[in-house]
Formats: sequence, structure tokens, C-alpha cells
Amino acid sequence: MKICRIILLLFLFSLSLNAQHDQAPTEKEAVHSPMTGDEKALVTSEQPVAAHEQGEEHHDFKPDETAFHHISDLNVYSIGPWNFPLPCILYAPSKGWSLFSSGRFHIDNDHHGSGHTAVDGYVLNMGRVMRVNDDAFPQEEIAIDQFEIGESELDGKKTEVHYVIANGVKYPLDKASSADGGLFGGGITSFYDFSITKNVFAMLLVVGLLSYVFIGMARAYKRKPGTAPSGLQKLFEPIILFIQDEVAKPFIGAKYLRFMPLLLAIFFFILALNLFGQIPFFGGANVTGNLGVTMVLALIVFIVVNINGNKHYWEHIIWMPGIPAWVKTLITPIEILGVFIKPVTLMLRLFANITAGHIVIIIFISLIFIFGKAGENPGAAWGSSIASIALALFISAIELLVAFIQAYVFTLLTASYIGSATEEHHHEDAKH
Amino acid sequence: MGGSIVAIGMGLAAIGAGIGVGTIGGKALEAIARQPEAIGDIRANMILTAALVEGAALIAILMAFLVK
Amino acid sequence: MEFLFITSLIEFSPIKPEFGLLFWASVVFILFWSIIGKLAFRPIINALNDRSNNIQDSLNAALKAREEMQNLKNENDKLMAEAREEKMRIIKEAKDAGNAIIAEAKEKAKEEAQRITINAKNEIENAKTAALVDVKNQVGAMAVDIAEKILRKDLGNDTSQQDYVKKLVDELKMN
Repeated sequence: MKICRIILLLFLFSLSLNAQHDQAPTEKEAVHSPMTGDEKALVTSEQPVAAHEQGEEHHDFKPDETAFHHISDLNVYSIGPWNFPLPCILYAPSKGWSLFSSGRFHIDNDHHGSGHTAVDGYVLNMGRVMRVNDDAFPQEEIAIDQFEIGESELDGKKTEVHYVIANGVKYPLDKASSADGGLFGGGITSFYDFSITKNVFAMLLVVGLLSYVFIGMARAYKRKPGTAPSGLQKLFEPIILFIQDEVAKPFIGAKYLRFMPLLLAIFFFILALNLFGQIPFFGGANVTGNLGVTMVLALIVFIVVNINGNKHYWEHIIWMPGIPAWVKTLITPIEILGVFIKPVTLMLRLFANITAGHIVIIIFISLIFIFGKAGENPGAAWGSSIASIALALFISAIELLVAFIQAYVFTLLTASYIGSATEEHHHEDAKH
Repeated sequence: MGGSIVAIGMGLAAIGAGIGVGTIGGKALEAIARQPEAIGDIRANMILTAALVEGAALIAILMAFLVK
Repeated sequence: MEFLFITSLIEFSPIKPEFGLLFWASVVFILFWSIIGKLAFRPIINALNDRSNNIQDSLNAALKAREEMQNLKNENDKLMAEAREEKMRIIKEAKDAGNAIIAEAKEKAKEEAQRITINAKNEIENAKTAALVDVKNQVGAMAVDIAEKILRKDLGNDTSQQDYVKKLVDELKMN
């Protein structure tokens, strides 16, 4: 009975997911977004496609771009076919702060959400705010003709450059600064984007919901202590007890109570956002699949672990007792590296798992449009949709599992790192 | 079409991690079958070890991204 | 599978941690951790632990009560068994005693009867002896008497003698 209901739910879920992605290419067909240029366009930086120009011919469907667009952080919130504006908080060192709603960009109601207007020298390209890094560009609201993609080569690395054409002039666009120091193609640019983006909005929504639920729960415990759990208590109590008994107690030991709020916060934050990201039609916010978010979580774990590290922890890292001196010189750099690698793997694991899950589902749904050649071959599209739905359904079910497993693994590893940093020395007698 | 050595590196990292995690999972299942009462300990340690193995693969994939 | 190849890394924006997202994620998570940790998680954990302690205590108490009950019952059973044994013992003793008394009484009665019989025999014997002695004495006396009388009458007539003896014998018979 229960299983039937779950299967039905999953089926509906996959259908709606399918429907959501259905939207993409059909709208693409009608309204050409700037990213639909083919391989040649990328290389030659030609064939600009107007953001709001009607076109008839079919374009190659690019599942990787679709997937990457879906998992990106955006300055609009898409629910179904609608793009809702979000507040933009932008800072350019040369210009100061700019605060406005992304609705002022006059968001195109196409799937990618590009803006028709430039505001304060900022434009909305594919749902992302970008800045025209050119003093000659008018700072007031002006209409944009079109966006364009080109390629430039910088230090032997090929990078994509976006252009905006306004008033017949082509301006290069800057993306928002990112903290990867150029390792992943980002770096410090001419502005910082502190906007309430899709991910931030999802985060606020989910955390608000969690706060409401848990404060209500806490109040229920206070109001009627000693009674049997009811409602949401029944749902969350086993999870909280699981974290306490299976994660905190065995890995941290006697001092586990101090770290329970952190572990529970990490677990529920990750779990809720993992699950929220899988709700179709609701933005599909890929929050825990964004390196920024996992980086913050890993950084907090890193700080907590090393602040709570006791004498033995540091002793084992810097000068491991009980081994010959020449081995120590080998061990010490590895141990010091390990201190940083632990949070880095924590960060990458969650990011990679969630992002991969989102991409795989989108790729499976994209198979319909790949076989259908974006509308040229409806028969193949219908035929492949059966396989696509089955595969997407399967992956969705696995992703539900992964959402729990990754939240559990992150919490468990946090507990184990905290435990290794705070544990008392056990082998006193073995000391020489 | 830009196939690169990086893709091969990523694949190798994935193979390594796959073998490692697979072995861990298989052995853990064997252990659970042998001692079902120790399932909690085995599961926790399995995940911990799998995380360590996976960590190596993740670092390799990260490096693959970086050297591109 | 050309279409699956990542054409350019630059579009893979989730791997680029933007400052805005870092800032907001830090703010949101730290607020969640500190506020909800203090307002909700801490009280919930305390309540859960209190309750589990309570349950453990109650279980322990129930276990203890059951143990006590068992002990009490065992004791009762033991007492009952002891009482039953005692009863059996008493009954057996009483029976034995009764049997003994009966046997003794029988013995005594037998002895008494024997004694009475012997006494009676002795008395009979004595009486017989006395009677014989008496008879002997009387016979002797009578014989002496008769002899005396015979002797006295001898001198008279023969017939008269015989008459006299007859008369004496008659007298003796009459006696």
C-alpha cells in the first residue's frame, strides 16, 4: 500500500519533471536564446541570436548547456514556465552599490530568462546578472539589441566571453566575481553579486521552513513534556535520535552533546536542500550542488574541528609520537595536508554527488530532444520518451536515496573529524 | 570535438574509486551477513572508509579540472 | 556521443563559488546553526534525552517490581510448600501416635485380660484349695464325729447302731 503510493508519487514526480524540461526546447524553438548557437558559432563568435526575435529554423539541441543552465545559480526564480524577479544587490568597486529588482531587466518570458533592458550598466544574460565593463556604456536603463557569445584565449586557456549589443555597439560582459581565484575559470572581475539569487532564495525558504518546524517541535516538547510524540515529532524524532545514537555518540564520544546542534543543523540543512532541489516545477534549485554552499559548510566544519582540536590532535599532526624521526619528517607534511584535504573532500563530495544527480536526470530527459532533433523528428521523440521517463524515474528514485546518504555521510564525517580532534589519548601505556 | 587526456584521467579516477568502494561495500555486506547484530558499526565504518577512498578520487578529479 | 562532451568549462558555473553565495550561505547557515541550535535543537535533544532516561528509569523500576513480585511469589510458594509438608508431617505423626496408642491399648488390654484370667485362675485355685481344705476339715470332723457317735452306740444294739448310722448319714446328706 505504502510502496504503491511511493511509486505513484515518483511517477508523478518524473512526469512533472519531464513536463518541466519539455518546456525548454519548445520555447527555444519559438524564442531563440543566445546559447543555442552551434559549435561553429562558439568558435567564430558569429551568429548572434536575438534575445527576443522570432525565428523559425531548428537549432541543435545542446544537452550539456541545458544541464549547466539548470544547475546554475540565477538571478531569476523559475517556477514552471514563469520567471520571477529576485532582488539584485550588486557592488562594483568603481561604482558602488546598486539595489534593484531583477524585474527591471524586463525578463524575457523564455526559459533562460534574459533581460531586455540594461540597468545601471548591468544586464541579465541567461538569468545571470553581468556587468558591461565599459565606461562608455550608458548607465541609465536602455534597451538591449542582443547577446552574443565569443571565445577568447587568455594564458593559453580558452574562455567564453559574452557580449551585449546595444545601440549598435558591441560591449564585452563581465561575470560576477568568484572565489576560485581563476582555477575554474572565475576570479575577481569588475563587480560582486550579493543578490538574493535563486539559490539564496531557496536557502532562505528551506531554512525558514526548517526553523518553523523545529521551533514548533521544541515548543511542543516544552508545552507537554513527557507525553508521546505526535505529528512532526514522530517524523523527526527517529532522525534526531539516529544522528545522536549512530553518528554523534560512537564518533565523538562523551562530549557529543556539545556538537549535536551543529551535526543536526548540517544534516537537516543538507537534507532539506537536497530534497528541495529535486522538487520539479519549483526552480530545481541546485543549492547543495553549488561549490560555494558546500565550501561554506566545509569551512565551518574545518573551523570547528581545528578550534576544538586538543593537544593530542596537534601533537599527532605536527610531531607524531612513537615513530622514528625520519618517518616523522615524512608524516608531518602529509598530516598537515590532510587537515586541509579533509574539508576539501567533504566539499567536493557533496557538490559532485548532487550536481551529478541533477545533470544525469536532465541528460536523460534531454534524450527525448536529442532523438527528436529538437522538433524535427517527433516520432523518435515519442519513442525515446518512454525510455527517458523510465530512466529519469529510476535516477530520481536513486537521487532521493542519495539526498539522504550524502546528508548522512557529511554529518558522519563531520562527527568523525570532530571526534578525532577531541578524543582523549587512549594509548598512554604505548607511549615511549 | 575536444576529447582530452583530462577525460581519461577522470575516467581512471572513477574506475579506481569504483573498484575501491565496490570492494568496501562487498566486504561490508559479507560482514553484515556474518554478523547481523554489528550492522551499525559496520555501516558507519564502511561509509567512513568509502569516504576516504572516494576522497582520493575526488582529489584526482579536481586535479583533472585544474590542469586543463 | 559528441553532444555529451563538455564543450567549455566556463559555463559550469556551480563550480565557481561566487562571493555573494558564499556570503549568504555563511549568514544563513550560521544563523540556522546558532538560533535554531539554541531555540530548537538543544531543547529537543534535552527533552528526548530526558524522556529516554525516564523510560529507562521506568523500565528499570518495572523490572525491579517484577523481580520483587517474583521473589514474593517464590517465597509464598516456598511457604506454601513448607506448610503443606508440615501438615503432612503432622497428620502422619498423629496417625502414628494414634496407631501407637491403639497398639498400646490393645497390648494393655491383652495384658489385663491375661492378668485377670490368671488372677481368676489363682482365685479359683485358691478357692478350690480352701474348699478342699474345708471339705477335708469338715469330712475329718464329721468322720471324727461319726466315729465318736458310732463308738458311743456300739454298746447298744446292733440294729439300733445301724439305725443310728443311717440317721447320721441322713443328717450328713442334709447338711
